[in-house]
Amino acid sequence: MLIQGLFYLFATILVLAALGVISSRNPVYSALALVLCFVTSAAIWLLIEAEFLAVVLVLVYVGAVMVLFLFVVMMLDIDLAELRQGFTRFAWLGWLTALAVIVEIAGVVWARGGLGIDASHGGTPQPATYSNTTELGTALYTRYAYPLELAAVLLLVAIVAAITLTMRRRAGLKYQDINKQVAVRARDRVRLVKMPAEKRP
Amino acid sequence: MISLAQLLTLSAIVFSLAIAGIFLNRKNVILLLMCVELLLLAANFNFIAFSRYLGDINGQVFVFFILTVAAAESAIGLAILVVLFRERRSINVEDLNTLKG
Repeated sequence: MLIQGLFYLFATILVLAALGVISSRNPVYSALALVLCFVTSAAIWLLIEAEFLAVVLVLVYVGAVMVLFLFVVMMLDIDLAELRQGFTRFAWLGWLTALAVIVEIAGVVWARGGLGIDASHGGTPQPATYSNTTELGTALYTRYAYPLELAAVLLLVAIVAAITLTMRRRAGLKYQDINKQVAVRARDRVRLVKMPAEKRP
Repeated sequence: MISLAQLLTLSAIVFSLAIAGIFLNRKNVILLLMCVELLLLAANFNFIAFSRYLGDINGQVFVFFILTVAAAESAIGLAILVVLFRERRSINVEDLNTLKG
């Protein structure tokens, strides 16, 4: 009962936050509502015993990706009024599509035997000694070791791509050329001059 | 215990809200990216729900990889957005018509 109540509470918050994301006037508020979405989703994932992914969702999404979003939103000087123009022109189409998707999926899910499986329960609860992290780690580092390496390489490529895309050289900017600094020799900079000693008058 | 049907319905609602968001905010690239993140979140919900329902950990491994790819995607997407804004002083989708597509 408690879990059901918590689920409905978090689900309500999640849906309201998603509404906030798509309908708020300011992109900053949208980003903050999306943060709320991720946090409540993490709470629901905790309720269905996917603890590791819940923690990863908060750490990676709320901690990294959404901060990146907020940085970009606040860095860009956007003319909001122009972007909001024609906001409601295709709104009816959007809501119609949304309604159609909800009705279709809910119809399939709630129809008796629609999925060919019994959807009215959610799997057996795990015993108290069960560790989701151990289970996931075992799968990741044995059967999925090669895809895991590929994912790591993908992240590296994404870092390099993001940096090269946003890096720019302005004209007239003073910067150090590390190559030249490292390759410099003492004889290029210092000249020792032999001078005969002067006689005392 | 939360049933599979409840989770699937919740994910369907979030998914369709994100689709409606793409229709509503079709001029603002940042909001389009946010709506894509929301779509991926709804997909992850389905993966985890079925993983728990079937007692199979592989669904959660998939969610792990989806999170990785989504993080890479949003990083590169935002980088492209910054470059775009620097070139055009605008992030309006309607201004991006150089290719005449």
